[in-house]
Amino acid sequence: MAPILDVRDLRVEFPTRRGTLTALDGVSFAIEPGEVLGVVGESGAGKSMTGAAIIGLLEPPGRIAGGQILLNGRRIDNLPHEQMRRIRGREIGAIFQDPLTTLNPLYTVGDQLIETMQTHLDLSGGEARQRAIGWLEMVGIPAAAQRVDSYPHEFSGGMRQRVVIALALCAEPKLVVADEPTTALDVSIQAQIIALLKRLAREKGTAMMLVTHDMGVIAETADRVAVMYAGRIAEIGPVREVVKDPRHPYSTGLMASIPPLDRRVEHLAQIDGAMPRLSAIPPGCAFNPRCPHVFDRCRVERPELLETGATRAACWLYDPASEKQAPEALRHG
Amino acid sequence: MADDIAMRASGAPPPHASDASPPRASGASPPRASGATPMLAAEELAKYFDVSRPLLQRLLAREGRRILRAVDGVSFEIPKGTTLSLVGESGCGKSTVARLVVGLYQPTRGRVLFDGQDLEKARAASEQRRRMQMIFQDPYASLNPRWRVRDIVAEPIRAFGLTRDNAAQRERVAQLLAQVGLSPLDGEKYPHEFSGGQRQRISIARALSSNPEFLVCDEPTSALDVSVQAQILNLMKDLQRRLGLTYLFISHNLAVVRQISDRIGVMYLGRLVELAPAETLFNAPRHPYTRALMEAIPDLDMTGRQRVPVGGEVPSPISPPSGCPFHPRCPLANHRCKAERPALIPARGTPETVVACHAVEEGRDGAAFTPMDQRPPGPRIGTTATAL
Amino acid sequence: MALARLLDSDLFWSFRRSPVTVLSALVALVCVLGAALAPWIAPHNPFDLASLNLGDAFKPPAWDEIGEASYPLGTDDQGRDMLSAIMYGARISLLVGVCAVLFSTLLGVTIGLVAGYLGGSVDGLLMRIADIQLTFPSILIALLVDGIVRAALPREAHDQIALFVVIFAIGISAWPQFARTVRSSTLVERNKEYVLAARVIGLSPLHIMATHVLPNVLGPVLVIATLNLGNAIITEATLSFLGVGVPPTHPSLGTLIRIGNDFLFSGEWWITIFPGAALVAMVLSVNLLGDWLRDALNPKLR
Repeated sequence: MAPILDVRDLRVEFPTRRGTLTALDGVSFAIEPGEVLGVVGESGAGKSMTGAAIIGLLEPPGRIAGGQILLNGRRIDNLPHEQMRRIRGREIGAIFQDPLTTLNPLYTVGDQLIETMQTHLDLSGGEARQRAIGWLEMVGIPAAAQRVDSYPHEFSGGMRQRVVIALALCAEPKLVVADEPTTALDVSIQAQIIALLKRLAREKGTAMMLVTHDMGVIAETADRVAVMYAGRIAEIGPVREVVKDPRHPYSTGLMASIPPLDRRVEHLAQIDGAMPRLSAIPPGCAFNPRCPHVFDRCRVERPELLETGATRAACWLYDPASEKQAPEALRHG
Repeated sequence: MADDIAMRASGAPPPHASDASPPRASGASPPRASGATPMLAAEELAKYFDVSRPLLQRLLAREGRRILRAVDGVSFEIPKGTTLSLVGESGCGKSTVARLVVGLYQPTRGRVLFDGQDLEKARAASEQRRRMQMIFQDPYASLNPRWRVRDIVAEPIRAFGLTRDNAAQRERVAQLLAQVGLSPLDGEKYPHEFSGGQRQRISIARALSSNPEFLVCDEPTSALDVSVQAQILNLMKDLQRRLGLTYLFISHNLAVVRQISDRIGVMYLGRLVELAPAETLFNAPRHPYTRALMEAIPDLDMTGRQRVPVGGEVPSPISPPSGCPFHPRCPLANHRCKAERPALIPARGTPETVVACHAVEEGRDGAAFTPMDQRPPGPRIGTTATAL
Repeated sequence: MALARLLDSDLFWSFRRSPVTVLSALVALVCVLGAALAPWIAPHNPFDLASLNLGDAFKPPAWDEIGEASYPLGTDDQGRDMLSAIMYGARISLLVGVCAVLFSTLLGVTIGLVAGYLGGSVDGLLMRIADIQLTFPSILIALLVDGIVRAALPREAHDQIALFVVIFAIGISAWPQFARTVRSSTLVERNKEYVLAARVIGLSPLHIMATHVLPNVLGPVLVIATLNLGNAIITEATLSFLGVGVPPTHPSLGTLIRIGNDFLFSGEWWITIFPGAALVAMVLSVNLLGDWLRDALNPKLR
């Protein structure tokens, strides 16, 4: 099956007075219809920026300096603003962390849904209204036929985020980019939203890129996961493998440092140090100064994504030509 | 019946049907760990905020005053050298409790005893304040951006006049920085030169600089990435062991709380609904809300159990539901729950747990909850809303 | 070391990138130096009555056919060298402007800090006063203050303190702007956790305001102060033009413009145009510097 989104060797740069910062470097992945790709990483790893680059909303002075973004085989990274604006909405839906930034407080949610649908789909006013109510029902808003004429401020936070989801999906885009869609919500609401997103992606065959720092959300929702570190993909693979049996030393450390809910451990596994700033990314593998398995090659040569079996990891331990090979512990979780 | 609830929930002034039978939780408070004076005891602590609109607007709109009951009668004790955690969703009042305890807010009702002394009276004594410090959530806001780290760390030393000698003060700052895993040379730098985790270490060094015995930690790791969160949690546990500290730990993250707590209190709408030793709480949560919270945490084993998310949303603390505040969302609610506010009393079956639930008291809380460690195989991580 | 840090800073970088700003800075520097050093570098002393020669009155600028090289910008009706008069006048204008701004900054920052930090009824009272004052144009307030002082004091006494009256009158009209800005920044800062940390250890509100809040709310104050300097100079010129400003024995730029105004239509344009141009150059350069500072300190616009 042809992927809906195909990102190839994406590079995003921020020119500053102290030289150009490379915020994303060689990011490649694809998402197929109905598939949810989770993108995780610590703050500053570049996960949100990847989403912003795809929907064409990079904050200036950031710019795409290399690579390609293909939506259904068509390049969208070099389109003029006006064309890109039309593609957002029609072909790409976006869901952000704060629902209030997406909703216009001056219009009822119904008007916003109807306008979005009529802009992108060929619908009469009556049809659009019926569909708007249908969407509100689908995202689980009770008494949708009445609530369709309410204003955004009349909804609670969780309900608003549902409206945003309806708004992102109502034009039936082929791709949805969701950036921390549940972070602003309480635990009990998060679960409801996650279930909703997952169901809609399945039913509509939408490709979804889910950016979040929350491993639990990823585990429940995503089919595949990309772990990002310092603007690069460290590891990518099926969610089960990446979460339970990560191969890259960074993913391994990351998963181990998550406090377990089912037991108390006296000393949590921790990765010493911190992710480098964009202005000070070390040569070779960006993780090398913190890596417990580091060897000479890591400090000079930047690793590409290599097959590890179930996942692909940017780590020289998995190159048969390296002088050091992955220890058993890494190979099997 | 639905109308009945709606009316009660939105009526003004806020109905308090339960006022007829005020809970006397303090009488049945958690049993003291020993006969020793607890480091801290909160007795029927309450804090109301007046969130009314300005007088003129209120008159025009014919509104009454709006009182937000952020904390509404909370009692607990923290034995010396232990950690009590308060968990709950946003707006449950846990952070308000923390601020009441350190004196940033004055309680509307109730009192705080610090080492047996009423804090309200002892507040004036700088010696009492020296023994109590606070660590905050946001490492980017908790350090004055225009101060050098050494001055930030030394602020409490100066404020309490712990040492007048400059050399000794420098020595002490260097030692504190080393203690939290920073270099003494870092004292010359400004906060913006550090990462979030390092800033949180500076915050801890500042809190430790007055040699406190008791630390109030308000979501100290929730703004941090998960690998850094592990560093800070390890550091805090290590410091507790070495310095014999007592912690009041505020968090919304159950997994984090499990790692650090001796006892855990679950808050909902300004009240404690369950208070139990950490292991007991996770193995046998009793209150329906506690159970719902645990159920809501995403499961890494995706093929695992069917998740039943708790329906509805947290009601507004300005007009809380009558009786048990959880009853509109509770699967076990009946007429009594709507009318009568449950008291925090020892639970049947797990007497070391105190729980405010009529259903538990009456023994109609049904099939026992499957403890976390007896769930179907597959690792579980509670990372919901954890910064990763 | 300190200089090296300054030259390397983002602020200096954004300064160098903007030619308009560099030009304004140069103009402002020339104005300030010319004014401050007037007694030493001005070609004549316009206040030395003994050196005035009525025969030299109404000399046009030096480039005119009948102009004289010793009076580069011509002379006025008394035979005073215009260039020297402008330099001395700018000195007065700048002195009044800077002092007035310092006064309103001090007043406004203090009030804003107290209102923002203490909040409640103190805040309500102070901000209502500010609101009321803001409904009056600043020139009206200055006229009012000046009128009250004139009515209250005998003429000689008034002349002696006229300079302070003008400074006070102009300064008092600008404080609400400072107070509002500082108050809103203070409201943000006082809820930040570093302030809470200081409160937890029991530091007094005054101590916290001075050591924690104040240094963190000064950025916007600098911008407003710079922009207000231009306003203050204009206000002073207006007052002097109306004849209620500084005493005529110490003519400011405004006084010079007023005096010259009488001769504008009889052909002696230089007596009013040059002081006017000096005023425009000074105010414009200061304002442009202020605009740049505002943009440079605002991270959102960078």
